[in-house]
Amino acid sequence: MRLKTRRDAPVWLIALLPILSIGVAFIIGAFFIIWAGESPITAYIALIKGSLGSTFAITESLARATPLIFTGLAAAVAFRAKFWNIGAEGQLYCGAMAATLVGTGVIDLPAPIMIPMLFIAGALGGCLILLVPVVLKTHMKVDEVVTTLLLNFVILLFVNMLLEGPWKDPMAMGWPQAARIIDNGVLPTIVAKSRLHFGIIIALVMSVVMWAILRFTVWGYEIRAVGYNQQASTFFGISINKSVLMVALFSGGLAGMAGVSEVAGLKGYLTLTLSPGFGYTGIAVAMLAQLHPIGVIVSAIFLASIYVGADAMSRTVNIPNYIADILVAISLLSVLVGAMLARFRIVWGK
Amino acid sequence: MKKLQFSKICKNFGSVVANDNISLSLGEGEILSVLGENGAGKTTLMNILFGHYISDKGFIEVEGQRLTPGSTRASLDAGIGMVHQHFTLADNLTVLENIILGTEPLTRLWSQKKQAYKKLKALSKRFGLLINPDAKVADLTVGEKQRVEIIKALYRDASILILDEPTAVLTPQETTQLFKVLKEMVNAGLSIMFISHKLHEILEISDRIVVLRDGKLVGEVVTKDASKESLAEMMVGHTVTRPAYEKLKIGKAVVEFNNVCLNASEGSTALSNINLKIHEKEIIGLAGVAGNGQAGLASILQGLACPSSGEFKLFGESLVKYDPCFLTESGVARIPEDRTNEGIIGEMELWENFLGEQLRSKAKSGFIIDKKQAVSNAEKLIQEYDIRCEGPFASTRLLSGGNIQKLILARSLSNNPRFIIANKPARGLDEGAISFVQQQIIDAKTQGAGVLLISEDLDEIFELSDRIAVIFEGKLQGPFDSNTVNINQVGLMMSGEVKAESLHEA
Amino acid sequence: MMELFEMMLTAGLWASVIRIATPLIFATLGELICERAGVLNLGIEGIMTIGAMAGWIWVYQGGELWGGVVFVAIVGMLFGFLHSILVVYLGLSQHVSGIGITLLASSISYYAYTMLIPFSTTPPKIVPFSAFEVPVLSSIPIIGEAFFNQSALTYLAYILVIVTFYVLYKMPIGLTIRMAGENPVANEAQGINVLLIRTGAVMAGSALMAIGGAFLTMSAFDAFYFGMINGRGWICIALVIFASWRPGKAFLGAILFALFEALQIRAQLIGADVIPYQIFSMMPYFLSIVAMMLVARRAAYPKALLVPFRQGDRI
Repeated sequence: MRLKTRRDAPVWLIALLPILSIGVAFIIGAFFIIWAGESPITAYIALIKGSLGSTFAITESLARATPLIFTGLAAAVAFRAKFWNIGAEGQLYCGAMAATLVGTGVIDLPAPIMIPMLFIAGALGGCLILLVPVVLKTHMKVDEVVTTLLLNFVILLFVNMLLEGPWKDPMAMGWPQAARIIDNGVLPTIVAKSRLHFGIIIALVMSVVMWAILRFTVWGYEIRAVGYNQQASTFFGISINKSVLMVALFSGGLAGMAGVSEVAGLKGYLTLTLSPGFGYTGIAVAMLAQLHPIGVIVSAIFLASIYVGADAMSRTVNIPNYIADILVAISLLSVLVGAMLARFRIVWGK
Repeated sequence: MKKLQFSKICKNFGSVVANDNISLSLGEGEILSVLGENGAGKTTLMNILFGHYISDKGFIEVEGQRLTPGSTRASLDAGIGMVHQHFTLADNLTVLENIILGTEPLTRLWSQKKQAYKKLKALSKRFGLLINPDAKVADLTVGEKQRVEIIKALYRDASILILDEPTAVLTPQETTQLFKVLKEMVNAGLSIMFISHKLHEILEISDRIVVLRDGKLVGEVVTKDASKESLAEMMVGHTVTRPAYEKLKIGKAVVEFNNVCLNASEGSTALSNINLKIHEKEIIGLAGVAGNGQAGLASILQGLACPSSGEFKLFGESLVKYDPCFLTESGVARIPEDRTNEGIIGEMELWENFLGEQLRSKAKSGFIIDKKQAVSNAEKLIQEYDIRCEGPFASTRLLSGGNIQKLILARSLSNNPRFIIANKPARGLDEGAISFVQQQIIDAKTQGAGVLLISEDLDEIFELSDRIAVIFEGKLQGPFDSNTVNINQVGLMMSGEVKAESLHEA
Repeated sequence: MMELFEMMLTAGLWASVIRIATPLIFATLGELICERAGVLNLGIEGIMTIGAMAGWIWVYQGGELWGGVVFVAIVGMLFGFLHSILVVYLGLSQHVSGIGITLLASSISYYAYTMLIPFSTTPPKIVPFSAFEVPVLSSIPIIGEAFFNQSALTYLAYILVIVTFYVLYKMPIGLTIRMAGENPVANEAQGINVLLIRTGAVMAGSALMAIGGAFLTMSAFDAFYFGMINGRGWICIALVIFASWRPGKAFLGAILFALFEALQIRAQLIGADVIPYQIFSMMPYFLSIVAMMLVARRAAYPKALLVPFRQGDRI
């Protein structure tokens, strides 16, 4: 078996890849549903109804997509430069902590100033924590995969400590959660009687901004160049360390904003259940989008619908909602394979 | 009966014909040279012999026995050994481990290193190939690594030895030494196939020569009836005209090194007290065995490293901290050693690769990429340098080696540079591309540029250089006027056996 | 300070050190084998999770303990095989594929567990491996009690350290595995199928990872909890680097790490009033990062780690 470079990767194939991958995931997922003793068709119908079947379902899916757009962008920009930031989960919590620090009454300003301030604080929080792995990588050659992963656990314990200690809200009847974000800091809802909030607008804007940066600017060129080929990038005079730092600032910042959006938009306060793994799912979002910032929007909404749908499905059909994680993981793997098949042809024999 | 017989081998890759009906044979105790340019089909033929590819038609016989196609193991078991041009050794393992790899059944429970040791000692003694079995391969010189490759083949009791461009990395003296060993092996009954494109070596070592061109066997001669000229013409298909060399009156110094040192870093030797002056309108050839400091010297001149001490003057100005972009803007053209991995980014489009080190200087207000201008510039250069491609938006990884080099030349030489650092610019190219590259460099010199040409190919150095410097273990000797030294003297300096002073006394 | 010193000399501490170290030894050896063959396996966290789940389920449904270990190894191999198809045969990004495997394996574990075990507030329990005193050896003071009064799986871990060393350095197949991680082309030139060697190494390594996870549910504890691997897999990846890819050092690294972990747990009990327990719990993760900082600069990575090999590419 060998892989041969395709000279002509058809554009339609690349565009269709994410859809095909999710299709594959649903087919494999069907076996898991059968294993649980249910009919895949009924189950999938319940899933689709639960995620797209009503205005409420749709707003739920979009609300769930909001943090995924941020973390998806965070992964996409980092992976473009082959900087393996697997710590979006932790950075998200850092952003949430920063928002809590600034947004729970220390300062009270009118909403148009307060909200941007929260996002800036959150982005800074995400950046700052990611600086640790970056400096370790650029100055001590410590692999960033392990450091970003391990920091997730550290940060979660830190949040836990704050919520059981100094930040514990006495009004929360013993639940480990922080004080609420003040009214001027809360993101307004977009659709009445839903949880869909202004955060999604900011997420969409960030997608466009990242797209423009990657496509039209020197930074974008450098990020892509470093990702493709470090040796040539060095030869071109691009400083690898500077590029990695820049990428990390973008990536950490975006992940931090996801935390702000959840704290100030969806929950209203910081808890330990703020993120059911948005940071990790962001990786799947980014890969399904082929690391394209605009694609991230679509794939985030797609995956969010699966999660929301699976929750609904698990209430009507007797299938654990972990089926959503299975579907997402299989989509991630199959889109990898698909992207390769678009670039190479498998030739059997020698 | 022939020792090794290729019969009517055909191999196509898509629409490319790599081997077209090739038949050739190797006799017992014979040295057969296979001559051909890069891309003539030599490599494909060897890949078929070693089972990495299966031929579309034809077959191979060893001592009359058909060789199982597609099986490396079958070829090895039939007694064929190969010394690869790019060594297939692992740096972190010992010589012994590298040699016994794959010689024992994988299911064996205990590696029999003692016996291996004995056999290895006996072999190195018999053929005069001295090597320390416990040495780590990383600590060996290039010549020693090649010795390991040869022993590796002999260790498997090979009776047919194939050497792929074995002299490319050796000094002339090491080459002579190698030829002596080869002769000894032939006397001991081995048959040798010698693959090369260096005509004088082929004439020296072989009994018979076959020539490949464009996948076809175009000629077969007994060595004593062959001449350099006739072989060259057979190999290329037309008379070879290398660019004419002309000595010009030199101008101001463009590069000046005063006691420049560079600390060793990963993969490059330290430089100590380099003194060198390169002038306008001259080409200085830098000869040396790979790994003696060329990489360090090149990285200083390409802006990838700054001297750790000493003075580096460019165009009369002392530089301390600088980067590739600064050098390019000041008028330095940079041709990297590894064109596919360092010179271009294969995954990016052609127009993006034309930006290269000029990315920032060509961007609007230093930040927004001026795509329109970049694309039209790319279109212009593609025309001017005759780069075969599907246009500025094509993916760069699809270009051939020669066209990649043209892209790099176009990118760097189109800015009328005053100094060119060319690191092995012609390596691995076919004759047409070599002439093109060399002509470009000579033209640039005529227009007033100074050139430092780093090469392992002494023929190339002697053909092009006004002065020749030699680097050995990070120390520079010369430069000497190219008329005052000969290839042998340079070779001795490359292996550190002769100091420049003694040369002058002589 | 004295208290700490005295504690270091008690057999009880060392016994728990070994208990903490055992899963790490398994998984670190597993990752080491994969990386020696040139393949980073970030699926480790998920493979440990599914190992823990699969072993527990096997026994819970009436299977034999050792049968469970075999079952777990097979499950681990399956995921190793999947990873190999993706990164060895198809040459995909080892990072992304590994993360994908982790997501997949952990979600399947949770899915299967939720499906097979009806909801209850206290997780059901099994009868795990019991401690087994090695005659003679266990009578050595402190050391004997600590090292040789453990469950059979722990002894298996000791043996595997030696076996791994032996295979890698003394057997011809070990040389080809190391070569696959250093310069796979050399293997190909000798007629050895690099893809097969790498696949085999990844599968074997993944089996060890899965057994490492299973130790938690089948020996250290008697039930399966969500998130019970809790980053142990990632710690093992740090340990491999810390051990410079050597089995003996991996064993020592795991013991050293477990020692700090055991001390940390004891310190939590003593210092809970003054210092929040979370600070102590963070220590293992910090420690892993520090360990990597110590060695990263001069770490001798296998040269072909992360580099996909394409047959007939460069010869």
